[in-house]
Amino acid sequence: MKVFVCIKQVPGVSEVRIDPKTNTLVREGIPSIINPYDKNAIELALTIKEENGAEVIAISMGPPQAEEILREALSMGVDKAFLLTDKAFAGADTLATSYTLALAIKRILKSAKNKKDYLVILGAQAIDGDTGQVGPELAEELDIPQITYVQKFELKENKIIVERIFRTEEVVIIETQLPALLSVLREINIPRFPTMSGIVDAYTKKEVISLDANELKPDKRKIGLNGSMTEVWKIFIPERKAEQIIIKGTNEEIAQELCRNLKNDKIL
Amino acid sequence: MDFTLNEQQKMLKKITREFAEGYIAPVAEESDQNSKLDEKVFQKMKEMNYFGTCIPEEYGGAGLHDDTISFCIVTEEIGRVDASWGITTGVHCSVCAYPIYKFGTEDQRQRFLIDLAKGNKVGAFCLTEANAGSDAGGVQLGAVKDGDEWILNGSKIFATNGGIAETLLVVAKTGEKGSRKELTIFIVDTNTPGYSVGVKEDKLGVRASNTSELVFQDVHVPQENILGKTGEGFQLSMKILDFGRISIASQCVGLGQAALEASIKYSNERIQFGRPIGRFQGIQWKISDMACAVESGRLLTYKAAYMCDNGMDYSLVSAMAKLVASEAAMKAAHSAVQIHGGYGLMKAYPVERYFRDAKMGEIYEGTSEIQRLVIANQLLRKGANIL
Ligand SMILES: Cc1cc2nc3c(=O)[nH]c(=O)nc-3n(C[C@H](O)[C@H](O)[C@H](O)COP(=O)(O)OP(=O)(O)OC[C@H]3O[C@@H](n4cnc5c(N)ncnc54)[C@H](O)[C@@H]3O)c2cc1C
Ligand SMILES: Cc1cc2nc3c(=O)[nH]c(=O)nc-3n(C[C@H](O)[C@H](O)[C@H](O)COP(=O)(O)OP(=O)(O)OC[C@H]3O[C@@H](n4cnc5c(N)ncnc54)[C@H](O)[C@@H]3O)c2cc1C
Repeated sequence: MKVFVCIKQVPGVSEVRIDPKTNTLVREGIPSIINPYDKNAIELALTIKEENGAEVIAISMGPPQAEEILREALSMGVDKAFLLTDKAFAGADTLATSYTLALAIKRILKSAKNKKDYLVILGAQAIDGDTGQVGPELAEELDIPQITYVQKFELKENKIIVERIFRTEEVVIIETQLPALLSVLREINIPRFPTMSGIVDAYTKKEVISLDANELKPDKRKIGLNGSMTEVWKIFIPERKAEQIIIKGTNEEIAQELCRNLKNDKIL
Repeated sequence: MDFTLNEQQKMLKKITREFAEGYIAPVAEESDQNSKLDEKVFQKMKEMNYFGTCIPEEYGGAGLHDDTISFCIVTEEIGRVDASWGITTGVHCSVCAYPIYKFGTEDQRQRFLIDLAKGNKVGAFCLTEANAGSDAGGVQLGAVKDGDEWILNGSKIFATNGGIAETLLVVAKTGEKGSRKELTIFIVDTNTPGYSVGVKEDKLGVRASNTSELVFQDVHVPQENILGKTGEGFQLSMKILDFGRISIASQCVGLGQAALEASIKYSNERIQFGRPIGRFQGIQWKISDMACAVESGRLLTYKAAYMCDNGMDYSLVSAMAKLVASEAAMKAAHSAVQIHGGYGLMKAYPVERYFRDAKMGEIYEGTSEIQRLVIANQLLRKGANIL
């Protein structure tokens, strides 16, 4: 069985800065990290490998610097890593991203014995783009079942049983068969640290394979900026509106008024 | 010449920093107060391979035996958050596991190295005695041959990891040639009858690191546990300490770095006379001096590591690295407390601990005076062109 993990390189800060002139992300001086959710995806893939035996393959689309996060994935124990990098892929929105990721997965599956014996795992969302769309779109491209927002996972023979969060409160238990695609929440596990020997192996015994547009042979209209249906009008950091309310009265009155306010705001 | 770290070294640094900040830092203060290393951190350090950083993978290590710069980076990052851990794995790796790998027989590697590298057993290097400190040749602990065994009698003091170690390198007197003692290094399994741990020292700094007295009463050690050859103990000890000094220098670079970082942060935050204290020249000069000292220590340390990896004689440069880095750490910790003013004396700020921890670097594995002696001796004998 093959377990594909799609990982994205994101800026390692909770608040991104945007250049107001160019409308692009300021990346200078900000270290890049593996999207935190994607570390959970890697961890799940590695536990599946340890418990059931599987080949874990990490894929990332991004600039050449994204090799670093793939090496980190290899250090954690991932078997193979592919970097989809080409000027033609740049400027991709979620649709173009998932199309390109799907091409890579299909290409890798070509040489597999059992072309249906695979699982694709993604993070529920990227902390920068934040759409959570790549997973669902990728499942459509591959034409396989998808389960998003997974917080618990079990694999029994060829069946998978997962718990997903629905409308933030309800838990739904779903059973399906391989092949399938999951997007995972941070609650699902605690990602491991790469060990020192894991890191040494990642740089000396494993490799990151680069695939460009020549190798993936995409429909040129479906990749990069050309393939992106989204048009970015404006990027901005939402303003934080802090409202100050001063409540006066006896302690009891204050408490009641506070509770009323909290209930109105649906905090209580 | 290239001063940049390669990609693998950058990753080792990044991951060790994340690990150290995530697991070691939160309990560093508590461990210092309890004079004990945290058990959970211990397990994690094992899993991460920090007990076998500079040992080949085939013997259970991380495979960085040919990349001493990486060993420096890892030791530095650990030392940056907790000097007690820095000295624990630093000593274990550099003056116990590594010498067994470097000078040991295949049988010794199989019997001792694998467990050390995996962290199943902790190691120690025992040279110092009550009357043999700087004068390492003054060792009294004696070993007498009895058939194909040796019988050890005597005691060692100030052994780092002594109380928690299960594998020891013990420097013993095996004879006398004229006025010169003949020394030999034995690999001792602490489960051997006659061995016991004496006083566990209560210290000013690196309090969580175990420093103990070790007592040997008719401890039988087989001939095949001799590291190197009989009578080679003194020269071998000096070679072992050459590598050990790279490790200490790295710990000190980490400690100096931590003191510098804390000082920069505090100087930007603390307001007096209506401005951050970092705007005062008196503070700025301290920050510059600290940074220059720490970076000098780091460069010498990496140079010694580079020379070691390239088969060059690194004895002189490792003594320089140990001297400069340990004095830089002490100086940086001293300035860091000064920059923190009264808060610098409070347990609420880590610089209080850095100040106490820094002192050990100037003393163990050869005091600053002894480093200067070693450096000067080589220069006076061979001239300045050896640099
Ligand atoms: C500041 C900013 C500017 C942008 N500008 C443009 C623009 O000008 N034009 C445009 O068309 N689009 C633009 N995008 C969209 C960008 O291409 C998307 O970030 C990308 O398609 C992924 O979507 P997402 O970040 O919402 O990921 P999500 O859908 O939130 O990610 C979910 C999961 O999908 C996987 N995943 C996502 N991306 C990748 C990847 N590259 N490789 C491997 N796996 C991945 C990961 O597992 C991730 O956890 C911009 C995004 C940002 C943050
Ligand atoms: C925390 C800690 C951990 C240690 N770990 C270990 C360990 O793992 N294994 C081990 O074997 N030992 C260990 N030691 C012992 C350490 O190596 C010795 O303390 C050190 O070498 C100094 O020896 P001493 O304490 O006997 O001091 P002394 O040798 O008595 O020195 C006293 C003073 O005299 C100075 N001095 C001595 N000779 C000269 C000279 N010729 N010229 C100028 N000045 C001189 C010294 O520099 C010092 O200032 C440790 C010590 C400490 C504090």
